Amino acid sequence: MDSNHNHNIKVLMFGWEFPPFNSGGLGVACYGLTKGLTRQGVGVIFVLPRIAGTLNEEYMRILAADKFGLDKDKIKFKTVDSILKPYMSSKSYISEKSGLEGFLQEARGIYGSDLFSEVRRYSKYAKIVASEEEFNIIHCHDWLTYPAGITAKNITRQMGKNVPLIVHVHATEFDRTGGNPNQYVYDLEREGMHVADSIVTVSNYTKSIVVRHYGVDPRKVHVIHNSIDFEESRIDEKFRIKDHHKIVLFLGRMTIQKGPDHFLWIAKKISEIDDDVRFIMVGSGDMFSYIVEEAANLGIGDKVLFSDFLNGREVDRAYKMADVYVMSSISEPFGITPLEAIKNGTPVVISKQSGISEILRNCLVVDFWDTNLMATRILDVLNNEELRDSLAKKGLNEIRNFSWDQPAMKCIDLYKKAISGGI
Amino acid sequence: MVSVCFYFQVHQPYRLGKYSIFDIGNNGGYFNDVKNAEILQKVSKKCYLPTNKLILDLINETDGRFRVSYSITGVALDQFEEYAPEVIESFQRLVDTGYVELLDETYYHSLAFLYSEKEFKEQVKLHRKKMKEIFGYKPRVFRNTELVYNNRVAYLAEKMGYKGTLAEGADYILGWRSPNFVYKAKMATDIRLLLKNYRLSDDIAFRFSERGWEGWPLTADKFATWVNSINGNGNVVNLFMDYETFGEHQWEDTGIFNFLRHLPHEILKHPDNDFKTPTEVIKAYKPVAELDIRNVVSWADIERDLSAWLGNQMQKSAIEKLYELETIVKESGDEKLLEDWRRLQTADHFYYMCTKWFNDGDVHKYFNVYDRPHDSFIAFMNTLTDFRIRLKETIPMSG
Repeated sequence: MDSNHNHNIKVLMFGWEFPPFNSGGLGVACYGLTKGLTRQGVGVIFVLPRIAGTLNEEYMRILAADKFGLDKDKIKFKTVDSILKPYMSSKSYISEKSGLEGFLQEARGIYGSDLFSEVRRYSKYAKIVASEEEFNIIHCHDWLTYPAGITAKNITRQMGKNVPLIVHVHATEFDRTGGNPNQYVYDLEREGMHVADSIVTVSNYTKSIVVRHYGVDPRKVHVIHNSIDFEESRIDEKFRIKDHHKIVLFLGRMTIQKGPDHFLWIAKKISEIDDDVRFIMVGSGDMFSYIVEEAANLGIGDKVLFSDFLNGREVDRAYKMADVYVMSSISEPFGITPLEAIKNGTPVVISKQSGISEILRNCLVVDFWDTNLMATRILDVLNNEELRDSLAKKGLNEIRNFSWDQPAMKCIDLYKKAISGGI
Repeated sequence: MVSVCFYFQVHQPYRLGKYSIFDIGNNGGYFNDVKNAEILQKVSKKCYLPTNKLILDLINETDGRFRVSYSITGVALDQFEEYAPEVIESFQRLVDTGYVELLDETYYHSLAFLYSEKEFKEQVKLHRKKMKEIFGYKPRVFRNTELVYNNRVAYLAEKMGYKGTLAEGADYILGWRSPNFVYKAKMATDIRLLLKNYRLSDDIAFRFSERGWEGWPLTADKFATWVNSINGNGNVVNLFMDYETFGEHQWEDTGIFNFLRHLPHEILKHPDNDFKTPTEVIKAYKPVAELDIRNVVSWADIERDLSAWLGNQMQKSAIEKLYELETIVKESGDEKLLEDWRRLQTADHFYYMCTKWFNDGDVHKYFNVYDRPHDSFIAFMNTLTDFRIRLKETIPMSG
């Protein structure tokens, strides 16, 4: 596609995180999509919250760094100071034990006392941006930004323009809570989806949730799978632990959505068969303490090893160290981590309740609840060298052509239709 | 006649470093040498050196009428030798006065008694050897780690030739009885049992600076009147506490040193009072009864049991996995492996994993070098995974 055709598209994009200020997949996906869009000539104004206490200039300096590989003429960041992090439930927002705790307490006096008032505060800021900036599409990512998107759309309406709003569903409240949604969050999601001119979901799996649980016309929902910009793994390291143990890896937030407890049950079954397998769990989250204690309760306290949230290079090292990566999520709208694992030459066993299982061929797919079959499949990979090598090699070939240009182009098609009033 | 018997516990563990998943298999150093040196030097400056000097002065001022006893762990002595040799010298000066008694315990401040009597005895012997090396001293009284005690401790201590052993004077083992007498131990013939007067001991160790406490501010003469009131219904007041009480747990600005400076004189003002060390107490007073203590008692927390170290499954699984390795570690004949294995036995590692956050949890938090008990469990288990790899590489057939 000739990217010049896209110069007339200017997106006002509302997000919650952006590397390096991210704690999970949402930031990665927003970055990837923005990269793809700007490469295709689309202009993006990216609005994101800024953690209180950091200076705007500091944020801008980091975001402007060349390493992002973003076309500086095409991207403009706007930040609003907030103390929010994505993926927070209202409860964990208050109780989360993290490095932020100290200033969270301090900041509570200055900012709203809960997640929801932060969301409202952020959406008020949208009013200012929307009246200052030039754009012809509004695109927001996940429920925290929907009120902002709606506000922006209303402003344009008052100005006589009525700019189309697209809401991008990376996860629903049903995924995050294991099926026990918070009514307030659900209401915000539902409102966003109904006000939006068009909805993007990251998988058919998520589309079905949106249609089933939010009463949305399926014709309004467009599936655009995430991707990665493939690059060769930077890690070429021998790990001495591998001389003695096979490694099964869990990497993700320790929240109910990611099924860390299922992973433990799988680990227990495998340990009963092979005493030398070690299970590494990387990540933090509201279930962290429970999971550590539960490993000891299950009698596999010496088999399951833990590591806090790792960043960048260390994440790649963890993938590289593993013989198999397991995504045990009970509900995973997309799930980018299997691609990262494969990039590092590690085969994957993944939950069927995921978006990635719709597009990835070289992987083993099992229903998350079938821990027996999960354990069997993992042991197959560990013990069958041929299978392991073939999954790793073919998987690598499969994802070699993956790029964020593909989802970006699908988005652009959608933008064009929306702008021309075709949806 | 009331004798005041002071016993101070001197201990510093080899704290673990953060052993990451990427370090496993690299056979790296497990212990955070930098932090251990830093803490040891800090506590030496705040507590050991000034308190030793004060005690020495008091012994001299009273011509030895004031006297005390210490139990110094092997791992503390090792670290003094490495990071603060002047502390060793100052203890030697105290012992040289002839008015200071030294006790024996497990070299590594371990809970070996609960898991392996063989290892337990070996560690006591190592400690005995260290006492001879450094102080030219042969202890006659034994105290187990954290005052962990039941009949079996007395039995084993007697077998090893000790005349006395110490225990917590917990209400639930004493019932109506008083800790202020000498007791005999069930299952042993001759060994004597000295029980901590936890009320008076904790008044100094824990409550000294607590402003909400009705005894605050605690002065030496006030404390002396409490001791005097025991006159007539007790022989001995056993004041057992961590030595770090002075200057480290209770900071200098609480007045703790001032309190200690005046206490001997205030106690000795009463003509019927004196100070005795454990061996002197045993010689001076006949046992009043035999105590049958079957369940394990300790001096920790309000429960006075093992729950501070073995209260949750993380603690249990960590310690069980460690002791499982005893035979193979010893068969390996590898001195470095044995030393690391023993340093991992130090009770503090399991204490850090305690999740009883209420009441005593505050105390745990104060002593904990980790943010969360889970972090210390993780560090321990990562280290243990590495340790098992080293074992395997040393003895390839061990599995």
